Amino acid sequence: MDLYEYQAKDLFARYGVPVLPGTVATTADEARAAAEELGTTVVVKAQVKTGGRGKAGGVKLAETPDETRAKAEAILGMDIKGHTVHKVLITPASDIAEEYYFSFLLDRANRNFLAMASVEGGMDIEEVAATKPEALAKVAIDPIAGVDLAKAREIVAAAKFPAEVAEQVAEVVVKLWETFVREDATLVEVNPLVRDPQGRILALDGKVTLDDNASFRHADHAELVDVAAENPLEAEAKAKGLNYVKLDGQVGIIGNGAGLVMSTLDVVAYAGEEFGGVKPANFLDIGGGASAEVMANGLHIILNDQDVRSVFVNVFGGITACDQVAKGIVQALGILGDDATKPLVVRLDGNNVDEGRRILAEANHPLVTLVDTMDGAARKAAELAAAN
Amino acid sequence: MAIFLTENSKVIVQGMTGSEGSKHTRRMLKAGTTIVGGVNPRKAGTTVDFDGTELPVFATVAEAMEKTGADVTVIFVPPRFTKDAVIEAIDAGIGLAVVITEGIPVHDTAAFWAHARATGNKTRIIGPNCPGVISPGKSNAGIIPADITGPGKIGLVSKSGTLTYQMMYELRDFGFSTCVGIGGDPIIGTTHIDALQAFQDDPETAAIVMIGEIGGDAEERAAAYIKEHITKPVVGYVAGFTAPEGKTMGHAGAIVSGSAGTAQAKKEALEAAGVKVGKTPSETAELMREIMKSLG
Ligand SMILES: Nc1ncnc2c1ncn2[C@@H]1O[C@H](COP(=O)(O)OP(=O)(O)O)[C@@H](O)[C@H]1O
Ligand SMILES: [Mg+2]
Repeated sequence: MDLYEYQAKDLFARYGVPVLPGTVATTADEARAAAEELGTTVVVKAQVKTGGRGKAGGVKLAETPDETRAKAEAILGMDIKGHTVHKVLITPASDIAEEYYFSFLLDRANRNFLAMASVEGGMDIEEVAATKPEALAKVAIDPIAGVDLAKAREIVAAAKFPAEVAEQVAEVVVKLWETFVREDATLVEVNPLVRDPQGRILALDGKVTLDDNASFRHADHAELVDVAAENPLEAEAKAKGLNYVKLDGQVGIIGNGAGLVMSTLDVVAYAGEEFGGVKPANFLDIGGGASAEVMANGLHIILNDQDVRSVFVNVFGGITACDQVAKGIVQALGILGDDATKPLVVRLDGNNVDEGRRILAEANHPLVTLVDTMDGAARKAAELAAAN
Repeated sequence: MAIFLTENSKVIVQGMTGSEGSKHTRRMLKAGTTIVGGVNPRKAGTTVDFDGTELPVFATVAEAMEKTGADVTVIFVPPRFTKDAVIEAIDAGIGLAVVITEGIPVHDTAAFWAHARATGNKTRIIGPNCPGVISPGKSNAGIIPADITGPGKIGLVSKSGTLTYQMMYELRDFGFSTCVGIGGDPIIGTTHIDALQAFQDDPETAAIVMIGEIGGDAEERAAAYIKEHITKPVVGYVAGFTAPEGKTMGHAGAIVSGSAGTAQAKKEALEAAGVKVGKTPSETAELMREIMKSLG
């Protein structure tokens, strides 16, 4: 789960990373009131889970409450890289002497953690990384040894931080490491980490990604989920324990196993090219032990998607037995009754496939078409979506 | 010969007494795997009956190895205990640990991998979040259905379980030397490259199918490795062309961020290394079929 900047900074504050106070506003009036309360020049910052807000015009200085109101009005509702701005952060404007870059992240290739630091931080860090790689220090972090003050000093020295701030930055680095480890983060990024004219170090921005697999030991992480921003179908699926992602096509997809479902989306998109560019409407993995109930829940969500014109159920029975899946489909259609109106293409293979196919053939439901191969079934589903 | 797992492998199960562990122990036994016991400190000294096969439960992996000569462990323990279970297996010095458990925090995986590295990588780790490894007709360590196909000369390495099953099914008339499901997590023990290298060295493997998916750059690195070191024919498949940026597609590792980790980039890297890449699993199987026919 990615966090908003204000959530990241709340976490930072808990671990003693220096941040400025701030108020989240969802309307221009709230933004104005927040500026009045702070009683100083502020920055209005779009809260979206993507970078490059500054460059997109989502970070603006405002000298007065009225100006804050106007800037918030302009930023709220803005689209930044496909993310609509629903909240802004009102925070004091900081005088900036220098902008640095710092992050801890997962290094997949080396199966390790990595610290990255640069004294040339700010909005052009990607450019620095691409054109002046020597200006971005990369230091491997052993997950067992972690980052103590000595290691932090090593990172700070590798990035050539100025002597006057080196020790202060090293202390912040240790706190960022604590945030990274104790919160089970896969990314903690501060850009910019600034030095103000008085020589103080501050985290002006924060990006944090938390590991969803670690939620069993972080009950408090559930509060960080932005329920209002979730797609309603995705929220319903999550509540039912289904692994569902809404996409923008017309063929509803149900399958078992992440890889097979991903592949199913591709095969449908590929087949859809022949039918005016029909595409998959979702990702839905019903997992290993697909029971009748799970199948019914999955079908229910997909049939409730207004964009769906046809449904492709693609199951390879490994552990799951195809007869169970077939029973699930028949039961689901029974439960849904007249609500089920969209054609279903089913492809079953593997464990107990003959019995599965027999059950579907016997049920002889008018909406269901059984196709033997995955490619053939994808083609049929695309064709039906285009015709509906 | 096969890779990683042979007819001589002696397998223990960590988490054998749990519901998943016992279900799959039964299946592995049925597939002909030599299972010599389980590990559960709270049930040490007891035995469990699997359709007539009495398996002893040991307190520790070390004890199980000492008493049975086990050289493979299959791990089914719940996510919150997996890190300790893997570290125990590493410290006991077992040759192969197959970690089936799904949903392990990546900090835990990073920690047990760091421990493996620090102690000289003596234990091969497969997974986590993987279906395991099967050498058809010889042994099965994990949850891959054993009845899809029999022994043959194709080697298969894949991040995804069900795509593994699909490919085994498509090529069931040829059969497989070994199929390795390496798992879809951001950090995994055995990589595509490790499996490719082992298949290259395995006299029973004639050709290799490699299945990848979006996220990370493991496929790109595997492509570079193939170009340099693999002389056997390799056919590839990559899943996730239609996955949007920033959305996790089921596997914790399957996520495109920015331009990194796209299926297109992986396909191009593989093709540049001389690997034939299929558009669909069936087309990929067809490419392999032609190669196997030409090999005679
Ligand atoms: N509180 C602040 N005071 C002054 N300048 C700020 C403040 N917050 C951000 N900025 C400036 O705006 C730029 C962009 O803001 P940032 O929070 O980094 O968003 P993004 O990384 O999404 O562009 C920063 O590099 C910094 O120069
Ligand atoms: Mg920034």
